[in-house]
Amino acid sequence: MSSTSQDPDTDDLNGLVLVGRPRGLLRGTAAAAREVWRRRQLLWLLIVREVKSRYNGSYLGVLWSLGRPIVQLLVYYIFIGHVLQAAKSIPDFAIFIFTNLTIWGLFTETVSSGTTSIRSNAGLVKKVYLPREIFPITSLGAAFFNFIVQFVILIIATAVLGVLPLHAGLLYLVPAVLIMAIYGLAIGMALGAINAYLRDTEHLVDIALMLMFWASPILYSLAFMHSALAGTALEAIYLANPATIAIIAMQKAIWISGSADPAQYWPVDLDLRIIVAIVIGLVLLWVSQRIFARLQGNFAQEL
Amino acid sequence: MTTTSRETSTVTPDRRPLVIDVDHVSKEFTIHVAKSIREQVVSLWRHRNRKRRFRALEDVTLRIHAGETVGLMGHNGSGKSTLLKVIGGIIESSTGAVRYRGTIAALLELGAGFHPDLTGRENIYLNASVLGLSRDDTDRVFDDIVAFSGLTQQFIDTQVKFYSSGMYVRLAFSVAVHSDPEILLVDEVLAVGDERFQVKCLAKIREFQSQGKTIVFVSHSAEQVADVCSRAVVLEAGRVIFDGDVGAGVRALRDSYERSREREAEAAADANPDRVTGASASPVRMLSVEVLDAVTGMRTGIVERGQDIIVRIRARLTERTEWVTGFTFDNSGGHFVYLLNTIGLKMELPQEPGDYQVDFRVNGVNFGARRLVVSAGATSPLGTPFDNLPFGAEFDVAADPNGAGVVQFAVSGEITSTTNAAD
Repeated sequence: MSSTSQDPDTDDLNGLVLVGRPRGLLRGTAAAAREVWRRRQLLWLLIVREVKSRYNGSYLGVLWSLGRPIVQLLVYYIFIGHVLQAAKSIPDFAIFIFTNLTIWGLFTETVSSGTTSIRSNAGLVKKVYLPREIFPITSLGAAFFNFIVQFVILIIATAVLGVLPLHAGLLYLVPAVLIMAIYGLAIGMALGAINAYLRDTEHLVDIALMLMFWASPILYSLAFMHSALAGTALEAIYLANPATIAIIAMQKAIWISGSADPAQYWPVDLDLRIIVAIVIGLVLLWVSQRIFARLQGNFAQEL
Repeated sequence: MTTTSRETSTVTPDRRPLVIDVDHVSKEFTIHVAKSIREQVVSLWRHRNRKRRFRALEDVTLRIHAGETVGLMGHNGSGKSTLLKVIGGIIESSTGAVRYRGTIAALLELGAGFHPDLTGRENIYLNASVLGLSRDDTDRVFDDIVAFSGLTQQFIDTQVKFYSSGMYVRLAFSVAVHSDPEILLVDEVLAVGDERFQVKCLAKIREFQSQGKTIVFVSHSAEQVADVCSRAVVLEAGRVIFDGDVGAGVRALRDSYERSREREAEAAADANPDRVTGASASPVRMLSVEVLDAVTGMRTGIVERGQDIIVRIRARLTERTEWVTGFTFDNSGGHFVYLLNTIGLKMELPQEPGDYQVDFRVNGVNFGARRLVVSAGATSPLGTPFDNLPFGAEFDVAADPNGAGVVQFAVSGEITSTTNAAD
């Protein structure tokens, strides 16, 4: 019935670009990375949107991002530190807890908002073509912004208490942030894609994060765990947790009174563990991107 | 101008460069019946296949050349929006490939990414970036965007949630048209906004056309397609059933509607065999519609200007009912031209079962269109359709020897010299 009888041979097919991305395992990821890089200005605007819209219209604005961690800090400081007397064996307990909460917040916020990122951006996902990885990355960016705000407060607190972490160990800050960012993004991206299909994911994530919170040395020091599990396979598992490694690195960087305290326990091969965690994290990030790429083709239909 | 581009796209092979190549594209969706884990586990137990497959597109091949304006038509669920999304990369095809050349912008929704809590200014930058503009590009066209949207400076720095819906749409459209892509995919966007705004949209689309841009346009409105497009592609159940001239495309679309209506009637009849459905179920059946010469009473040939014609409708009442009948004239582009029914003539139709002939006398015909298509129908007094005869007849009108347009008149001219009038 078609009356358009264009002879296919007269059309020049050279220079046409394929819609979508190459499907190769490595080429696909490289193409995704290139696309996201090309849209970095948009990424920035989306992060700004995320941060601004969260506090727009409230008088205290960005200060609210401190509300939760500060209340958390107070509660933990009073109840865990003094009522349960954990503070006795942990010097500068307030700094200790705030250090841990700050780096943990980066991870947990990246994961939980990454998990909902595809759904909450349904309007964009359904209507415009963008490299969709941009949404979980935006979650990471917004979480990183909050991290920086908290970090500044943390540093001010150390200065006030006279334990400003000006030492070579401060370099541990870099791998601590890196590990949390890589794992947070890897998990957030994969779960974000899965959550587009299965809404249950976001609820599962909340529970899993709560478990992980207690499975990491946030409210108690590693020394507690070490004396309880010393040398067992359970301790090996406990120490294999990348979040634990990042938190310990963060403590090394910021919590100087802990580094100086002989009663504290530090894993001997921390540097090696950090390197292994980063390498595995990068592989995981790649796997996560592949999962994401496989699932994203039908996002627009599923939402 | 429209006519020439139509001809090149239908008759001779197109010499313009190919910009979109849709190559044997199919798209299959899985319709999930169960959504939560609990339901899915339960459904795994009961019957393994609670997922239903649905083919939204079936082996669609389409080549679009630079400067074409293609209207994708079809009724709901025909796959036209899916096809547009596949071209735009928003949905991946199951099989087949889509290739393109140049920059492509999908205008599937105005204000994609607009955030109510951000100001107009912030949203302009965000939305422009979503559409692929860099910050510098946006800086350059920022004033134009604001000017085109007609918003005042004061509103630009107000949060978008305080905008009226009209302001919102105007701003969003303004950003969209300034994103300046080479290929524009438009999905029903023009259906929003008031009439003045739509006129503005159409003017912008025409401007794009004159700049030689390629536009792929999804619309329900046959009139809009006929107005704007140089080529029509009609989809039915995921297949391309027509590709070519717009006028013929509009007719193919009407046929497609008719077929799907019949299918639905059949499906309803299958589902509920006790109830007689479709045309036979309604109390009125349209038998025929004809156009006659009012003088001879015979079928008319080419209708001359000023001639009187009779539109004769025959209908059968199978049960006692109140009914209304009438007809419409459409031109070959699918534009509605004229409607007349028994309400308009304040005619009381008999309600007893039987066969009736209703004559409408139309005196002094002066249509400018060359060919008019007649559709007749019967409804209840409240407008519930009983039966339809789409394209039941057609007739030709003699060409206007003097002027041109949708109507024609007996005209004359007169010349008076006014050079010395001031003396």
